[in-house]
This record gives sequence, structure tokens and C-alpha cells, in this order.
Amino acid sequence: MVLPTNLKHVATAAEHAEVLKNHTNVMICCGRMGPMCLPVYDIMEELQDEYTHVEFRDMMFDSPEAAVIRNHPACRSFMGLPFTVYYKNGELVAATSSIQNRDQITTILDKEFGA
Amino acid sequence: MEHKTFDAIVIGGGAAGLTAGIYLARAKSKAVILDTGTIGGQLVLTHEVANYPGVESTSGYQLASTMKKQAKTFGCEIKSNLSITGINLGGELKEVIVNDKLIYQAKTLIIATGGRSRMLQVPGESQLKGRGISYCATCDGDFFQDKEIFVVGGGNSALEEAVSLTKYASKVTIIHQFDHFQAFEHAIEEAKNNPKIDFILESKITEFLGTDKLESIRYKNLRTGEVFHRPIDGVFIFIGYEANTDMFHGSELKLNQWNEVEADELMKTNIDGVFVAGDNRAKKYRQITTAVADGTIAALSALDYIHNH
Repeated sequence: MVLPTNLKHVATAAEHAEVLKNHTNVMICCGRMGPMCLPVYDIMEELQDEYTHVEFRDMMFDSPEAAVIRNHPACRSFMGLPFTVYYKNGELVAATSSIQNRDQITTILDKEFGA
Repeated sequence: MEHKTFDAIVIGGGAAGLTAGIYLARAKSKAVILDTGTIGGQLVLTHEVANYPGVESTSGYQLASTMKKQAKTFGCEIKSNLSITGINLGGELKEVIVNDKLIYQAKTLIIATGGRSRMLQVPGESQLKGRGISYCATCDGDFFQDKEIFVVGGGNSALEEAVSLTKYASKVTIIHQFDHFQAFEHAIEEAKNNPKIDFILESKITEFLGTDKLESIRYKNLRTGEVFHRPIDGVFIFIGYEANTDMFHGSELKLNQWNEVEADELMKTNIDGVFVAGDNRAKKYRQITTAVADGTIAALSALDYIHNH
């Protein structure tokens, strides 16, 4: 189960682990095709050319496999879609809940992964 | 700084801006749409559109995607998620400065910057967004299964979303600053007849409290001045929209008391060559159809201006 976006997807927990293993800097937006999630996918799609050192992916929130993000301790208090998580060297370094704008996303990308 | 010259610049890629782009580009005018956010504007926030003539039912996202494709097909350039760092409305060529390094110039400018959801602007709101505070019942309703929530507002959105949230929440309390609701009668009736819904009128939330997530609120009775503290799991805010005209504050563009752009029936503003379209215009009704009508008229007026100057 994957989202109908133009981003590369993470479909399973195994694939999630594989992406973290193979890429130093990873941003995954875990959501649905709703109004709070679509703008984040759109911004990620645009940032792909600029942040070539970051791997941008999405994951379907309602997939049982997405428990790997939904149940992460950093997302425990989240009550708004999408859950957006940032990993460096396989470790979660930042996470946000609900819609984010371009400035909010690039601030995290620059801080955690360098400009 | 690098310069790019067009016949027309449209600021804003919602229904009004995309329509203007379609009309301008189809008339062989060199046009560009610049947007600081996602193309589609508030349209993409609408889950179902069932009253757009000629289309039985579609999603706002789908309708916006089709409009975007149409504009691009006719040759309109579209740039989204930009940072607009300056605007010059006077002079023969209008200028929009993007990211402090690129200047877009054109004979005409159409302002279609739309509107945005109002926030309460009280302490704790920004920090607890997505952690108990939400602006989208359809998106986040299922996080509040069997929980107690508040809904803020008294218009159609607030009352309709409150009813829809009773599918999940054990109890929904609508808090509204006036002693009456502005919603349509049928929406008020439906909310009043729902046994899970309570009402607190003439009151407003003054503070959201919580560390990792929303834990409680403070609200004030506006008639008596009494302040209450109440533990709560979630708050959904639906208090209407405001015009996205911040970038024009302090400019010569004429705005009304609600910061909406004033214009005549041809969408002409007080500045020669500058037109307006959509929800940021001073008007009574704000629908996708009215935005599309505004965009059409603004584009035709802009084309007329280009031909005569």
C-alpha cells in the first residue's frame, strides 16, 4: 500500500529499515491524501532538487507497516496528520505533527542535515 | 538581480489565480503564477466539491490539479512555495521580487492571494498544533476516539464539523464568542439535536496548556469576565478566514478595514494595471465559483490593459 504521490514511497517496515541503512539523511512524511498532508508532499517534491543529500519519502499512515513511525516514542503525543520524521545515520533526530510550511521544513533540514 | 519579464504576473495559485492564468495564457499572453504555498490554495483543503457546475462530485485537490494542468497546457508558467521578498506596484512595470534574487516584471499584476484559516492567536496555540489542537476534523478526528473535545466557532464549518466529530469523540463542546450562531438554521438544528454536543456561548479560549500535548484550556465568559480552567483532550478551531494581504500592508494598494483589496466590478484596484481576484477581494460571497468568476474578469481586464498600454 503506497500513497498516490510523486514522491518515492516506503511501503513496509523492512523497506523503512533499508532506507535508513542506505541513506545518511532521510525525511519521511507519513500521512494520508488529506488537506494537511498534501502541502507537505508538494514541498518535499520541490525540495528534492535542492537537497540532493537528503532522501525524501512518504508512507501511508493507515498501513499496518507504518506502525514503525506511528508508534515511535517521538510521535507518542502526536494527534495531527501528517507525522513527519527526520533520520540521521538511522537515528530519529526530529519529528513534527500536522501541516508544516516550507520555512519550517527547511529549517529542520538545514539544522539536522546541513544546507 | 536576475530579471524575468512577462505580460502578466498572477500572485496566488488558487481557483482565482489558476483561472486568470488559464485565460491569460489561452489569449497568448506571457503569464506566470507565483505562489508562496501550494498550488490550489484553499481549494485543496476541500474534501468534496459537489456544487461546482458541470462536475457532479470531485475533491478540491482533483479540481485544483485539473485547473493547474489546464493553465500549464496553455503555456502559463507556475511557480510554487516561493518566498516573495518585495513588491513594487507603482510604475509602468510591476515588480515581484522572489527570494531576494529574482525580479519578475510585467505590465499587469493580478493579486489572487486568497485567504487563510484564522488562528485564535492565544498562548500555547502554535506549540500545541498537531498535539491536541487541530484545524481539520476529517484529517485528525480519529485521534480523538472516545475523548472530550472543544470546537471553536459559530459558523457553518464549526457546527457541521462538530456534528461530524461526534462520530469519534465522547463529548463535543462548542464554544462561541457571541450569544447566537452565524451558521445556517439547518446546521444549528442538527448540532442542537445531537445529544453528544454541549454549548458554551459568549465565551472564548484564552490559553492552551500542556507540555508534550494539550492537557487543558482556560476560557473566559465575555459577559461576566469569569475565567474557567478545564482539562480537555482536543480542540478543533473553525473561526473563518482572513485575507492574505500582509505583503501589501503599507503599500499604496487600497484595503478595507478587514485588509481585503477594494476593486470595481472589472476587478481594477486603485492602482493602474493592478487587478484583484478571489477571496482576498472585498466582497460578500466566497465560493470556488465566485473565485473563478473573479479570475476570469481580472484576466480579461488585464488583457484589455495590455492591449491599450
